[in-house]
Amino acid sequence: MKCIKIDKKQWAGGLETAASTYRLFGPVKSGEVYEFAALAPGREPDMAVQNTRTSPRSVVYPQAEVMFEYTTDENDPDAHVMKEPETDEKPRAAIGIRPCDAYSFVLVRRNFDSAEHQDVYWLRNYEETTFIGQACHNPCSTCFCTTAGCGPFHEAGLDVLLADAGDHYVARVLTDKGETFMKAAGWDAGIDCPDQEWEGWKTAAQEKIVSEVATDRLANIDTLALHDAGFWDDAAFSCINCGTCTYLCPTCWCFDIQDENKGRKGIRYRCWDSCMFPLFTLHGSGHNPRGDKTQRVRQRFMHKLKYYVDRYENGIQCVGCGRCVQHCPVNIDIRNVCNLMNSFGEAESCSVA
Amino acid sequence: MTAYTDKIREIARRLLKDCKVETVIGFRKGTVPMMNEPCFITRADAADELVWDGNCGINLANYLTDRKEKIAVFAKGCDSRNIVNHIVENKIDRDQLYIVGVPCKGMIDKRRIRGMAPGEITEVAEDGDAVRVKGRDFEESYDRKDVLQSNCAVCVHRNPVVYDELVADEVTEQTDVDRFADIAEIEAMSPEEKRAYFEELLAPCIRCYACRNACPLCYCPTCFVDESQPQWVGKSQNPTDVWTFHFLRAYHCAGRCTDCGACERACPVGINMRLLTKKLNKDAFEKWGWEAGLTLEQRPPLDTYRPNDPEEFIK
Ligand code: SF4
Ligand code: SF4
Ligand code: SF4
Ligand code: SF4
Repeated sequence: MKCIKIDKKQWAGGLETAASTYRLFGPVKSGEVYEFAALAPGREPDMAVQNTRTSPRSVVYPQAEVMFEYTTDENDPDAHVMKEPETDEKPRAAIGIRPCDAYSFVLVRRNFDSAEHQDVYWLRNYEETTFIGQACHNPCSTCFCTTAGCGPFHEAGLDVLLADAGDHYVARVLTDKGETFMKAAGWDAGIDCPDQEWEGWKTAAQEKIVSEVATDRLANIDTLALHDAGFWDDAAFSCINCGTCTYLCPTCWCFDIQDENKGRKGIRYRCWDSCMFPLFTLHGSGHNPRGDKTQRVRQRFMHKLKYYVDRYENGIQCVGCGRCVQHCPVNIDIRNVCNLMNSFGEAESCSVA
Repeated sequence: MTAYTDKIREIARRLLKDCKVETVIGFRKGTVPMMNEPCFITRADAADELVWDGNCGINLANYLTDRKEKIAVFAKGCDSRNIVNHIVENKIDRDQLYIVGVPCKGMIDKRRIRGMAPGEITEVAEDGDAVRVKGRDFEESYDRKDVLQSNCAVCVHRNPVVYDELVADEVTEQTDVDRFADIAEIEAMSPEEKRAYFEELLAPCIRCYACRNACPLCYCPTCFVDESQPQWVGKSQNPTDVWTFHFLRAYHCAGRCTDCGACERACPVGINMRLLTKKLNKDAFEKWGWEAGLTLEQRPPLDTYRPNDPEEFIK
């Protein structure tokens, strides 16, 4: 393991240097909320924010992304050719990404990069991105990462993990990609990794996590029985079927594909979609297999907490960032629903043989 | 306002016990500060789940749409006006409802409080005119009137306009408020300034449609933004498409919006899209003396036709 000390006085300068090789993304204030967005030249990421309102999902997977352009104008030499939009853009680096958000890409990758399917757009963007994480010394009260498969110092999905040590950062360089970035930023003050201190920070941070979910029984519950459980109507009643939970979530991956054209020229793009929208499942015939809101709410939770668990055998499709908990306008709380699902069918009274 | 909780439970228990209604729609305590969750109960012994405080800003009229059973619903001033809209627009029968009016002193603006507090808020308690806020290493107290939702701060219909029963005596209505000051400011701008203003206002929109879906007026079976044959609006983040959604939705609410604030409250990125609907509220008020949802006796101006209409285009 290689560690580097970054004096905070060298932080802004280092980022500026790195910006000549990378396109930088990070937490920035926009209006009254923090989003994880491209950093304008000279703009520093705000490292003090906890979880940004919008997740870093869009660094790799923008809300709308052009897949190709076309023209049907016979006078154009490119008529009927589907061309990828030209880009001379530099590789990306996500600065100050939180460990849960970085881990979300590991979860999502199982879907976009499987033995059967590789999503070229997602993979291209993912592979060119370097993830410079920031450990959470002060997690939010709604963070439940430690019971959702990661934690405030979790390293999976990261290339570098920074811990704030007052006047400097300690950077643990986890991959070659991370090392390349550190060089590009000119941060080269190698130090012996302060392992003992690091463990102390990590334990202290984990102890500040006050939220949790139970997931131990999910895998063994019968899928159809859970699907037909009696609690869904009550759990879904308040839902207004907006896209808040799915659009703020770092682990939601559903998209729609759209064409837009003007005259003979057009583009095909894909854009986020949401299982909460009735249109998501509306058939051409007019039939909608998930026509009721309860069915849509159930889909969201069953997908994250049961189908994903069964299909990938690698935990839930949630990293415990708490965004949906904090920002659902009607307070539908995945922690409650997860616990309801996990305890489904549990014996309600003791039986003594 | 927390004192209402006991009375609300008592009413819900009585209505269900006496089989006056099949369902009671109200709020239960939320799992995070400044959030309560709309809920329904069908058994008298569940009445103790219900709560009332300054975090009941979601408009419960939204939960009545297309329900078939006999329902009791707790309604603030604005909720009751949206219920009137629903009845006038034939979305629900007056007879299907038992309206329990809740005289309101305004709802707390969770965003404003979050913006004022020095750190993450973990607990909020209302205590008369004070709102006490706690975080990991701070405690603050705010004057309730400084942390109201902006629509509540200028609300002049805090008392329910239609009800079968009230949970408490009526509250005094505010009279010294300038309801449309924010709109007048925008009206005074030049067209270029307006454009820049709305551009900035709507730039953070992620098109989650929480504003639309939180609104009791937006009950169309298929919203125009979801139509695909023909498709009226593109689905990317193209600003023109985003504006089209917002401007058209606002027009669909003209003469109907009660300025309940549910839309703004629901927005995950803090956009005050109410400025659009409020402008139309102002127009309806100034042109026709109309305020939505105050009476069951009169049809709203935009669904009425009079042969002597002064406008040429309609003849
Ligand atoms: S659970 Fe909440 S955030 Fe998600 S669709 Fe329903 S109301 Fe919107
Ligand atoms: S489901 Fe909620 S808590 Fe889990 S990763 Fe998504 S937004 Fe975060
Ligand atoms: S537009 Fe907004 S303020 Fe007006 S009735 Fe709908 S939710 Fe309420
Ligand atoms: S709730 Fe906010 S982000 Fe969502 S569509 Fe409305 S204005 Fe846009």
